[in-house]
This record gives sequence, structure tokens and C-alpha cells, in this order.
Amino acid sequence: MLSIEVLISGAMMVSLTFYALLGGADFGGGVWDLFASGPRKRAQRELIAEAIGPVWEANHVWLILVVVLLFTTFPPAFAEIATALHIPLTLMLIGIVLRGSAFTFRSYDRKTDDVQRRWGRVFSMTSLITPVLLGVAVGAISSGRIRGEYSDFAAAFVSPWLAPFPFAVGFFALALFAFLAAVYLTVEASDETLREDFRLRALASAVAVGVMALAVFLLAENGATVIRRRLTRSWWTWPLQISTAVCAVCAIYALWARQFRRARFYAAAQVTLILWGWGGAQYPYLIVPDVTIYNSAAPAITLRLVWWALLAGSALLFPSLYYLFRVFKRGRAT
Amino acid sequence: MDDLLAARSQMAMSLAFHIIFAVAGVATPLMMCIAEWRWLRTRDETYLTLAKRWAKGTAILFAVGAVSGTVLSFELGLLWPEFMRWAGAIIGMPFSLEGFAFFTEAIFLGIYLYGWDRVSPLAHLAAGAIVALSGAASAVFVVIANAWMNTPTGFRLIDGKPVDIDPIAAMMNPAALGQTIHMLLAAYAAVGFAVAGIHAFLLLRDRRNIFHRHALAIALAVGGVSALLQPASGDLLGQMLSRYQPVKLAAMEGQFKTEQGAPLRIGGLPDEESATTPHAIEIPYGLSLLAFHDPKAVVRGLEDFPRDVWPPVAIVHIAFQVMVAAGAAMALVALCAAYMAWRRKSLPDSRWFLRAVVAASPLGFIAIEAGWTVTEVGRQPWIIQGVMRTAQAVTPMTGLKIPFVTFTLIYIFLAAVVVWLLARQVAESPRVYAEPEGADNRGREYAFD
Repeated sequence: MLSIEVLISGAMMVSLTFYALLGGADFGGGVWDLFASGPRKRAQRELIAEAIGPVWEANHVWLILVVVLLFTTFPPAFAEIATALHIPLTLMLIGIVLRGSAFTFRSYDRKTDDVQRRWGRVFSMTSLITPVLLGVAVGAISSGRIRGEYSDFAAAFVSPWLAPFPFAVGFFALALFAFLAAVYLTVEASDETLREDFRLRALASAVAVGVMALAVFLLAENGATVIRRRLTRSWWTWPLQISTAVCAVCAIYALWARQFRRARFYAAAQVTLILWGWGGAQYPYLIVPDVTIYNSAAPAITLRLVWWALLAGSALLFPSLYYLFRVFKRGRAT
Repeated sequence: MDDLLAARSQMAMSLAFHIIFAVAGVATPLMMCIAEWRWLRTRDETYLTLAKRWAKGTAILFAVGAVSGTVLSFELGLLWPEFMRWAGAIIGMPFSLEGFAFFTEAIFLGIYLYGWDRVSPLAHLAAGAIVALSGAASAVFVVIANAWMNTPTGFRLIDGKPVDIDPIAAMMNPAALGQTIHMLLAAYAAVGFAVAGIHAFLLLRDRRNIFHRHALAIALAVGGVSALLQPASGDLLGQMLSRYQPVKLAAMEGQFKTEQGAPLRIGGLPDEESATTPHAIEIPYGLSLLAFHDPKAVVRGLEDFPRDVWPPVAIVHIAFQVMVAAGAAMALVALCAAYMAWRRKSLPDSRWFLRAVVAASPLGFIAIEAGWTVTEVGRQPWIIQGVMRTAQAVTPMTGLKIPFVTFTLIYIFLAAVVVWLLARQVAESPRVYAEPEGADNRGREYAFD
């Protein structure tokens, strides 16, 4: 029988996975807005805005769910993370605020080119920066650099995250989000040439994902020793890594063969497996190497109540989400 | 500015900013649903236009509310990690529930805003109703968590640590019911009056515009009913304060002495040094009557409590006076409107009445900001009343004035843009007039700007 701590951290991983697959792709959309180019520049941007518009606010709530679950069920871990990573998290919040606002302002401001471009630039630049900072925070909690000592400013608030490994994770996250977005947009596009644009972008970002995955793995040697050891020596790691690689290859092949729905499935599976591989290597740590899901857990009554709230909430949430995506994402491309 | 003050300022500024958008997220969906429901009932296209216009405003306000709310959920830890470490297990529960309520709100708002021609009219209206309901639920859950900071329950204190935690009992804390009702009514009143003011202003320039007349009627109904009910929930809170937060109550009233048959002070400027509140109009027995429903009741003054647990008395007293004055003025306008509507059997539209509505339009938001000042400043020096001081909760991070200044500048910028965008929406208001003949109240649109 799984312990309640494992069940709830599993629920947090599920939320984080949805955030990556849905909210992450919205960030990726912003990246492709920034890099919109060629004769169909405007059409690319319109497709992105149309794809994100109805869903980005709902997609964004997955992150809030992770945060409230963390502070309700593992309060000391939340306190440590929010203290040590004050600087990158604050910068990430600035990114989130400006990005969401700019996207909405662009939709409701004048449709003249200069106005649209001004908000578009804020939206796309912050879409580039925010995922990096999110990845930096994730990299930092895996790196073993957060030690709960706050006497020296640089050691307490800067060195936990200002290091090659967290930044490699940050850019890895960015590459993954851009990849997801490009793959999804091949399905969303109703125009053949537009679909080709995003197909090429998806293939290019698949390469970036591979490069960054390798960089993260190599930097983990010194940057995140616990995670690296588990990713190379656990019994489950090779089946998982091979499955991830198979998904990556299948996604690239499907893109190559223009089987876009299939590509979308494999891309999402690849990102999910990467996240759960990280989750498995991180278990039972919330912050390597001191804080675990056991030594930071809230009293059992809180965990049980949250678990029931999660079940009840999911019964409400998943049908609603299904309805949302059915209304807006049905029947476009093949 | 020391780091504690910077942290408090950043939190205060973030909350003061977010609350404006949060209440809009609670109340505007109700109004757009009423308009859409009127359209389905009467098939008067003006109502459909109105629902769509209000939906645009809601979209802008909700987006800024969503992102500024995200900032707050992180700021709980970024600024007050020791509070969260201590209290997360006890009071995280309503935040988790709020997460799901917010999810529902965001999902169905997406359907409402982008789904006009993708779902059936009834499904569309239902989506709007779900947004209105889940928005209210979100507000209830968050305010429950704040109420717990005022009247903490659901644990026992052993050596400064909480034991025997009961998150349900924490949610059922004594302040929860009064505070949630007070906040919901405040949201409907503030947004109702603000929107009514905009349409009254436009009606003053264009008296026969049916679009604005419909809008004014709905907004006034929502805002007016809430403003008239609000004193009852205020009374509930007064009872609660007199039992659980006597220091806050004494500060609100500028009551330094413990007194039998205490007077109600209107105005005045409390002076902590001389422990008096000069220049106030005193209504004999008023405070005892309001706080205990008994003119002879003893009201405990600040002198009964050590100086180091006094909040800044003048700020709390003045903020409370501002809130009550604003609320009273709104209730008065609502009463006049109700009386005239009942007498004339139609929407009151005399020039002076419209001017009064315009003048009253910012009062609800002023009352909300003042009211939260009373709640939060009035609880100082505690972050959890009687249990944890604000100074114990703050992050060890230094240099906090940098994020404070940064967020302040960003929020000023966002506020300016939102005002500008909404003003642009308002300026493009449709001109719809009744048929000159036939006294048919179905509007016909002659022109769109």
C-alpha cells in the first residue's frame, strides 16, 4: 500500500505534468511568437494566439495547484524553497504577471500593428524567460545546494541557483516547451504551409531538446550528484530511459512522416516520461539532500483531508477540462 | 525602510492591487449573466450587446486578477515563510479548495468568452453562471483563511507548536462566516456601483440610450441590494470582534478607556500618547449598543492591553471611519433609487440622481481598501492573532525593498493600462434608442462607433 505522502506527492507530480504539457506549451507558443518569421509571420502569430486564448488561464492553474499542495502538505519544504529561491522565483513571477497581462492587453487593445507588436514583444520575451526561471528553480531543488542556512547572503540566496546545472535545467525546460508547442501547433494549423512552418520548428526544437538533455545529464555529474546516481543506477532507470528515447525517436519520425497527431502523442509522452524520471530520481526528496516527503509532511489528518479534496476536486475538474478542450480543440487538422 | 516594513508594504500593495481584480472576478460574471438571461427572456438584442461588453471587461480584469493572485500565492512563502511553515498544515486546506474553485472559474470563463458561437445559448449561460458561482466560492475560501488569522482555531498550542491539528475546525473559525458574507456583499456592491457610475455618466450625456439604461438598471440592482444588506453583515462582525478581537475593536473606535455604556465616535483623530480621541462626534451608548446590543455593556478599551499589542490606532480608526462613511453613502443612494423606482415604476433617471450615482461609483472600492486596512493593520502586531507576531514570520532574505519597488512600479503600470483599455471600451459604447413610435422597449441599434 502506498503511503499517503507518496500519494500526495504523486498528485503534485500529476499537476506538474499537466502544467508542463499544457501551460508549458503556452509558454512555448510565446517563444514561437517571438521567433515568428518568413512570409507567414502574421499567420503564425494569429494561430498561436487563437490556440492559447481560451485555455491559458485554466492551464496556468496547474502551477497554483502545485504551490498550494506543497504549502498545505509539506509546509517546511515550501518555506525552504521560497526562502532560498526568493530571487529566481520573484523574477519568474514578474515574468508570469507581464506575460499574462500583455497577452490579454494585446487581445483587447487597438489592432494597429505598432500597438499589437508592442504587447506581442512583452508577451513573447516573458514567455522565453519565465520557463527558464521555472527550470532553474527545479534544478536548484535537485542540486543539493539549498542547505537552510541564511547567515551569509550569497551562500543563502544566490549560490543555490546561480550555477551551471540549474540553468541547464532551465534551458532544457525551455526547449521542451518550445518543442511541445511546435508539435501541438502542427495539429492546430488548418493551413498546409503554416503546418509546414511548425513542422520545421518542431524538428529543430527536437534537436535542441536532445542537446539540452545531454547537457543536463553531463552537468549533473557535479551539479546534482544524488539525482545523477539514481538516474544511472536504479533498477527502473534503463527501462524508463529507453522508453523516453523511443518516444523521442517516434515523435521525430512522426513529424518527418507528417503524422501530426501521432507526433503530438509521442511528444507529450516523452515530456511526461522525462518529468517522472526526474520525480523518481528525486524520491523521496523534496529538496536534496535534507528535506523529504516524510520529514516535512503535515500531520496525517491534513494529508488525508487534502487527499479527499483532491479526489472530489478531480471529479469536478477533469470533466470540466474535457469539456473545455472538446469545445475548442476538436476537429481541426487530420 | 527595514526589511520587515518592506515585506509588509509589498504584501499590502499586492493585496490592495489584487483585491480590485478579485472582486471584479466575483461580481462582473453575475452581472453579465443577468444581462444574458434578460436577452434569452426578452430577445432584446441590447441585452446581448451588454453581456458581450461586460464580458470583454471581465476578460481584462480576470486575467490581471489571475496573474496577481499567482503572485500572492508565492508571496505567502517568499515574504512569510515562517508563517507558512507554522500554519500551512492548519490553514492550507481552504487554499487547496480555492485551487479547484479557481480552476472551474478559469475553465468556464474560457468557454464563456470564446464560446459564443461554439456552444448552445443555454450552455453558454450555464457556463457564465458557473463562473459567477465558482468566483464567489474562491472568494469564500480565501477569506476563510484570512479569518483564521484573526480568530485562529483548530489546534492546541504546546511549547509554541501547534498540536492536535483539525483543518476543518480551523475553517469553521468564529470570524469565517461574518467575514465571508461581508466580503461577498462588498464585492457585489463595489462592482455594481462602479459599473452603475460608468453607465450613469454616459447616460448624462446621452439620456435616451437604452443600452446604458439597461446596464444601469442591472448594475444598480446588484450594487444597491448588496449595499443595503451590508450593515447586517457588519453587525455580525462587530459581535465577533467584541468577543475575539477586543483590541482591534477598541482601535477601530478610538476607545482607549474601558467604559460601561461606551459612546460611538464619528470622526476624530486618536492620539496614542495622550490615550484620547479628540475632535470626534460622540453618540452616547452607541458603541456598547452596536458591539454588544446592550447600551449598558462594558467595552474594553486599549488601556486594558499592553502597549506592545496595540495596532497603529489612528490608521485603524480612520480607515474604519472611511469604510463606514463610504458604505453609508452607498446605502443612501441605493435607498433613494429603490424608493424612486417603486414610486415611478421605472428606472430613476433624473439628472441629480445620475450625478449622485456617478459620485458614488468609486465608494465601494474605497470601502474595500479601507476595510482590508482595518482587518490587516488592526491585527498587528500579530500575523496570527495572539499566536505569532508578524516580525517572527518574515523571511531572512534581505534587500526586500527592491522587490517591493519593482512590483509597485509594475502594478502602477498595469493599473494604468487597464484603466486606459477599459476607458477605450467605454468610449466605444453603442448607441441604441427606442423606436420613436410604438413605445416598444425593444432597442434597435442605429450606430456603433
